[in-house]
Amino acid sequence: MSNQSPKRIIPIKLERKTSLSADDQKAVHDSCARLKALPGALLPILHDVQSALGFVPKDAVVIIAHELNLSRAEIHGVISFYHYFRTEKPGRHVVQLCRAEACQSVGAVALEAYAKRTLGIDFHGTTADGAVTLEAVYCLGNCALGPSAMVDGRLQGRVSPERFDALIAAARQPS
Amino acid sequence: MLSIVEQDFGTPRRATAKRVTLTIDGVEVQAPEGTSIMRAAAEAGVKIPKLCASEQLEAFGSCRLCLVQIEGMKGLPASCTTPVAQGMKVTTQNPQIADVRRGVMELYISDHPLDCLTCPANGHCELQDMAGVVGLREVRYGYEGENHLDAVKDESNPYFTFDPSKCIVCSRCVRACDERQGTFALTIQGRGFESTVAASQDEPFMDSECVSCGACVQACPTATLSEKTLIEKGQAEHSTITTCAYCGVGCSFRAEMKGEELVRMVPDMNGMANHGHSCVKGRFAIGYTTHPDRVLKPAIRAKISDPWREVSWDEAISYAASELKRIQAKYGRESIGGVTSSRCTNEEVYIVQKLIRAGFGNNNVDTCARVCHSPTGYGLKVTLGESAGTQNFDSVMKSDVIFVIGANPTDGHPVFASQMKQRLRQGAKLIVADPRTIDLVRSPHIEAAYHLKLRPGTNVALLNSIAHVIVSEALVKEDFVRERCEVPAFEKWRTFVAAPGNSPEAMESVTGVPAAEVRAAARLFATGGNGAIYYGLGVTEHAQGSTAVLGIANLAMATGNIGREGVGVNPMRGQNNVQGSCDMGSMPHEFPGYRHVSDTVVREMFETAWGAPLSKEPGLRIPNMFEAALAQEFMGVYINGEDLVQSDPNTQHVAAALMSMECVIVQDIFLNETAKFAHVLLPGSTFLEKDGTFTNAERRISRVRKVMQPKAGFADWEVTQKLANAMGYPMNYRDPSEIMDEIARTTPTFTGVSFDRIDELGSIQWPCNEAAPTGTPTMHIGEFVRGKGKFMVTEFVASAEKVNARYPLILTTGRILSQYNVGAQTRRTENNQWHSEDRLEIHPHDADERSIKEGDWVGIVSRAGETVLRARVTERVQPGVVYTTFHFPESGANVITTDNSDWATNCPEYKVTAVQATRVSQPGQWQKRFRAFSEVPENPVPAAEVFNAK
Repeated sequence: MSNQSPKRIIPIKLERKTSLSADDQKAVHDSCARLKALPGALLPILHDVQSALGFVPKDAVVIIAHELNLSRAEIHGVISFYHYFRTEKPGRHVVQLCRAEACQSVGAVALEAYAKRTLGIDFHGTTADGAVTLEAVYCLGNCALGPSAMVDGRLQGRVSPERFDALIAAARQPS
Repeated sequence: MLSIVEQDFGTPRRATAKRVTLTIDGVEVQAPEGTSIMRAAAEAGVKIPKLCASEQLEAFGSCRLCLVQIEGMKGLPASCTTPVAQGMKVTTQNPQIADVRRGVMELYISDHPLDCLTCPANGHCELQDMAGVVGLREVRYGYEGENHLDAVKDESNPYFTFDPSKCIVCSRCVRACDERQGTFALTIQGRGFESTVAASQDEPFMDSECVSCGACVQACPTATLSEKTLIEKGQAEHSTITTCAYCGVGCSFRAEMKGEELVRMVPDMNGMANHGHSCVKGRFAIGYTTHPDRVLKPAIRAKISDPWREVSWDEAISYAASELKRIQAKYGRESIGGVTSSRCTNEEVYIVQKLIRAGFGNNNVDTCARVCHSPTGYGLKVTLGESAGTQNFDSVMKSDVIFVIGANPTDGHPVFASQMKQRLRQGAKLIVADPRTIDLVRSPHIEAAYHLKLRPGTNVALLNSIAHVIVSEALVKEDFVRERCEVPAFEKWRTFVAAPGNSPEAMESVTGVPAAEVRAAARLFATGGNGAIYYGLGVTEHAQGSTAVLGIANLAMATGNIGREGVGVNPMRGQNNVQGSCDMGSMPHEFPGYRHVSDTVVREMFETAWGAPLSKEPGLRIPNMFEAALAQEFMGVYINGEDLVQSDPNTQHVAAALMSMECVIVQDIFLNETAKFAHVLLPGSTFLEKDGTFTNAERRISRVRKVMQPKAGFADWEVTQKLANAMGYPMNYRDPSEIMDEIARTTPTFTGVSFDRIDELGSIQWPCNEAAPTGTPTMHIGEFVRGKGKFMVTEFVASAEKVNARYPLILTTGRILSQYNVGAQTRRTENNQWHSEDRLEIHPHDADERSIKEGDWVGIVSRAGETVLRARVTERVQPGVVYTTFHFPESGANVITTDNSDWATNCPEYKVTAVQATRVSQPGQWQKRFRAFSEVPENPVPAAEVFNAK
């Protein structure tokens, strides 16, 4: 005799209307299914969803809340707390500039001003053509080779304004 | 904004036995271990400034205003988050602390609109108070910097406004929603200077997860969250503690008044049933009390096809009395009777049944409890010896396994549900038995260990199979049973439930619940520690309602879960005073205190007390009254605040019965559905307009206090008294307290109850007498009221209401948070914004089969009648089961329910009706006839045509 008969609560299906495509819904469900057993599963799931979809859509929160048995408010609180999480679709390319101390000491402040000026956007913004989203990051662990940046997940060192232009130009090339 | 009189100690009380001694500002102070320095100081009369702390919430430590100095500790720790310790030396005021506090305050005020004089919280704003307390004299930062002063107000909720420009981000609202209400609808979004309060995903409150309980509004230290009535009317000048008139939780409220005008209802922190919490109904849905639909003038008419004629009180009363007397002369003494109301006070119920028994000279008195918890009265009396729940609400905080069957607390008893959810978040296990996936099964931070999703009408089969597991797996608490219960009855029961036919495996095909789950749930309940059973109308409103109540009591006794805190049998009583109305002798066979009318000793005592001969024959129950009316034997009825037509099953049958009577007297605050069949209309008074008491689901007697004059001139008890006198039976109570004194004199369980005693103690749980001078929170300690507990054999008998090819679905009914029962009150408030129509929940499979889509009109036909509702396609219900609420008369939910009823008490079987559902294009015949009948005041359509047409 034991009390360990498997728990069997079948959550009812979500009933809110969703703007997510079937593929995106599946991606969010997959992230939840894969990670929800982890302690503190919310952050890993949010990371996973953002890496799959490029952002955490509003309606993804509905699914995550349901899967983790949290309220939508709680998840919104977490997403909005971390600048890293985006709730809007980013540009086709994401450029992250390091703003930490080591990079600042070797020209990151000027690079940041240059980047904002030439792209015509602030941090968290996306260029009008939808090509580039600019984000801040606080240390990429590449301090010896600052100023550092990350372009579409690829680490770049010694980023001068010229190199920045080249990186942007390369990214904008149709592949 | 703070209530006008309450003192807040900053952090919750700690009930630990161990006390520690410390010094606060040089004074030696004692406090229970675990108490915060802030609370210990407040209890000793030392006020430490605070903004984010409230005794309703766990300490948070964010406002940095309550910093103190502690000898031997570095820095200035927050007094709210620092617990007291033995020998601690605390300084709450010195120049350094003052400097820091003033600095913090400067920062707050630098980003706050300085519009105190026009602010709704002016004078009762904690921010304003604290600015004064810390001696703020200047704001060195100026007011020109970045700020939130342009933040946009959210007015979406009909009852309160969210003005973020006044917000200090103390998180009290967020924490109240989490800790108190348990909905988690609010959050702090962003970080640093950008932190703001948001509902759900930064959306209007009405679109969010918010259930409008009002906890956030109450918690707000500023005017950020304010009641719209407060903004509109200004602050109250006095307040009176009274008891909510909605559900059986019986929350204590402070009615904040300006003269005779109600400004707002604020839950009372000292209320023993609600501890300062509330729901959207009691807190906000009060507009009905001053609704233009209120009936304010008595009216009479000879025939129900005649228009109403407004008359004086004297004329109405003398007409009613003369009609009743004429009918008795013509048809005999037994030809009239009355129905008491579970919405009225104990005192009113008492004198109505007294009028009937002593004035009418018969026992034809019944109550709306007939249609809800009459099986509870029967079942618990037979097994335990008393017709009432065994615990207080606080008992749930000591439960380890909570078994909820046929109850939907988050909708029906929301304030208690919040307390239950607190306990579940602390780790208690939950078993839910319900045909629907109710919110309690799974919602943020709570999840049932087992949801036994049974078919409607199979509670007894399920309870028997749970008992089978407990007996066959040797989980019975033998010691308890041998010592506390009748052993022969137990042995008989044991043999019965042990039969293979009652095993979960055998019952699986009946209940639809997998046997393994039943076994696991039964083991959890029997072995998981303190097990408490909570049940509602999903148990009682069945052909076997009484059997199921017996089964529940059996389970509690077999597992030893009775007679202490944390356990017990807990009926979730529906109406505010349904417990009380039953206690007061509303049933045709029982005098007050559940004593049978055939008991000569008791009857003679009442004959002496009431000065009239009393009948020893039980009178008619409500359904018998209808039958007798149709047989022309019961021709006059005094209906005190119950809407029989909307709330009783088989509407057309009820209507036919009322139409065959010669005098129907309706006493109500509105022209309800029943009033359409009445000959005399006596205006009722709301709970705000009279004195008296209500008794809630935990047997707690609380005061109802008059805060305004009755709008129609008289409180209900005064009207009943007038009718009694006109009938020739004298009643001369000057005040309801005299009625309670008479109740105390005549009823052993109420001997110690009086208005003065209630005022003294706050509230009293009966029995209250010499043996229990302060009342009885937990019953059956050491011994059952009946002596030994009695096990009862509970054979499962399937409902007569069978599904077949013609009626393949089972309809079951229930309630929703924002509306209350027949909706007479809540439909006349802004609560309609949450729920403006009853819908038919149907499973996607059943909907697909019938090409029914969300929002389609669906015709529902039963053996009794037909109606049309719009569909809600949802997996909340299981295939084969449909569900609806019954809050709107035009829905005609009870047009389709049948005459089937509980074998012991005639409680109607609302929860099981075989129906067919089909897609239709338009509202049904019922609605069309209903509208034609309802919308024209002169009723040009003969009632007979409306209610008799099939």
